[in-house]
Amino acid sequence: MTATIAAPPHRVSPKQTPPKRRTAKLASLILVIGAVYCLVPIAWVLVASSKSPRELFSTFSFAPGSGLWDNLAAITSYGGGQFWQWGLNSLLYAGVGALASTLLSAMAGYGLAKFAFRGREFVFGLVLAGVLVPGIVLAIPQYLLLANVGLAGSYWSVLLPSVINPFGIFLCRVFAQSAVPNETLEAARIDGGGEIRIFATIVLPMMMQGLVTVFLLQFVGIWNNFLLPFIMLSDQDMYPITLGLYSFLAKGAGDSDLYPLIIVGSAISVLPLIALLLVLQRFWRADLLAGGLKG
Amino acid sequence: MSVDQKAPGRAVAPPGASTSRNAPPPARRRSRRVGSLVGMGFVAPAMLFFLAFLLVPIGYAIFLSFRGLRVDGAGGAFGRRVEGFVGFANYTAALTDAEFVAGLGRVLMYGLIAVPSVLGLALLFALLLDTPRVRFTAFARTAIFLPYAVPGVIASLLWGFLYLPSTSPVSFIARELGGSSFDFFSPPVLYFALANIALWSGVGFNMIIIYTSLRSIPTELYEAARLDGAGEWAIAWRIKIPLVAPALVLTGLFSVIGTFQLYSEPATLRPLTSTISSTWVPLMKIYQEAFVNDNLGGAAAASVVLSVGTLVISLVILRFFQRRTFGADS
Repeated sequence: MTATIAAPPHRVSPKQTPPKRRTAKLASLILVIGAVYCLVPIAWVLVASSKSPRELFSTFSFAPGSGLWDNLAAITSYGGGQFWQWGLNSLLYAGVGALASTLLSAMAGYGLAKFAFRGREFVFGLVLAGVLVPGIVLAIPQYLLLANVGLAGSYWSVLLPSVINPFGIFLCRVFAQSAVPNETLEAARIDGGGEIRIFATIVLPMMMQGLVTVFLLQFVGIWNNFLLPFIMLSDQDMYPITLGLYSFLAKGAGDSDLYPLIIVGSAISVLPLIALLLVLQRFWRADLLAGGLKG
Repeated sequence: MSVDQKAPGRAVAPPGASTSRNAPPPARRRSRRVGSLVGMGFVAPAMLFFLAFLLVPIGYAIFLSFRGLRVDGAGGAFGRRVEGFVGFANYTAALTDAEFVAGLGRVLMYGLIAVPSVLGLALLFALLLDTPRVRFTAFARTAIFLPYAVPGVIASLLWGFLYLPSTSPVSFIARELGGSSFDFFSPPVLYFALANIALWSGVGFNMIIIYTSLRSIPTELYEAARLDGAGEWAIAWRIKIPLVAPALVLTGLFSVIGTFQLYSEPATLRPLTSTISSTWVPLMKIYQEAFVNDNLGGAAAASVVLSVGTLVISLVILRFFQRRTFGADS
């Protein structure tokens, strides 16, 4: 590549360099502004969680306060430790739901990509159509159906609907096609491996990078989902953290003493997801998403 | 997409067995049938969930949308109200319901602000990240992507407090300067305030998708353009944007689908302002019909209207852009 640049030196005129450098500077500046814009609310919630109720309304928004420990103690003791229960619930819904969803999507994607069977195109068409269905409008009929079988209001009522992820199946199919060579499968079959063992020991590791992406997408999706638990659950002890904080705000509308609790609760619930994102960022395969549409 | 697929049984043929291509031996045919059963086995669990939590609920919603209370004809004025099929009554009711239609209008208004700004800024940031000699790219990429991890409810809470006159930095500064608090919740501004939450939450995710798509363009194309004297702007306009068009369509599609499902942001801001009514967006209206007014048929009909509307708009977008982006270069 360097050779091609070096070959025609007369083409690179000296006039070109200064505007290019200015473009780069301007671009850097805009990016930094964008980054600051994205960080401001997170910085604010971390700062504001240190404010006592009075400081919240009297001091400048980004001035740290003196009430961090009081706020932490207040949120911990609220409703007999209900807040931490919500955190655990969120972890359960998002963790278990995303794990099950990723496994089922991987199986289905692999099955669709590597086996010929009757109705395969039909199934794949269904999956594609499923991607376009706005998931949230399903929540009410899902509630009514689950209520019929007595599951509404249970942990299952949030977990089970979270497992289905048409986009995940679609991505897994794309990924199985590109990451799992047919020759490897054949060789494993000749060696006498059972299909399930081949899937578990050969296919899954080969698809791992794509599966991390699918897992992350679904984890964040379930963690962020609000309407589904809002409709399904009535017992506050089963709430995920988003719903719990919402119920705080709905309750505390007239009662600004609850505001510091809401703020410190938001700060605590934002941190683990940010940590997860920073850790998994290395494994994240966005090219899988970008390449998905070419199909 | 299906071109590169071969039935696994055919992929590896033993050396010198090329004559068997036309007439596969019985053993292979059997392994093929077994293979197809195995394939179905792998797909079955996901399909079971797909059926139970997607197809059946859709069917049930459609079924419910045609049902409701109607007056039993025989009794005349004393007719009992019984549950039964009411034809398209729920649909006419939904489509003539002023609040539902107004909610659709609000969502449309919000979407007209939110979708172009999310996509436009995502594209801009992605292009800037991909410009040579730009600095702080790793920092900016991570920072802009970070809000993706913040749930919509919590993003709305954070911004809600940044908007709320008593805690907003804007209002604080305005008051220090002798002005009055800035009202983020009055109607024209409110749409921008909501769109800003969507922008903050969504720009990073879309940026990453577009950026990744940019990275997959062979750099030889740029080298050639640069040798011909093209500047970075020309390269962006003429080469990069047309080549990432599929990624733009994908992100645009998801943004539009998300727009019609707007719920948690206005629902979260609602306790902070009286401007947002309990039926402000279609989903809030649907929720109220179903669980407050106990009108399941009406809620189901409104859901179907909303889904079909989303689906139609998605398909129109796909059709329109697919012809333009994929038709042009083939």
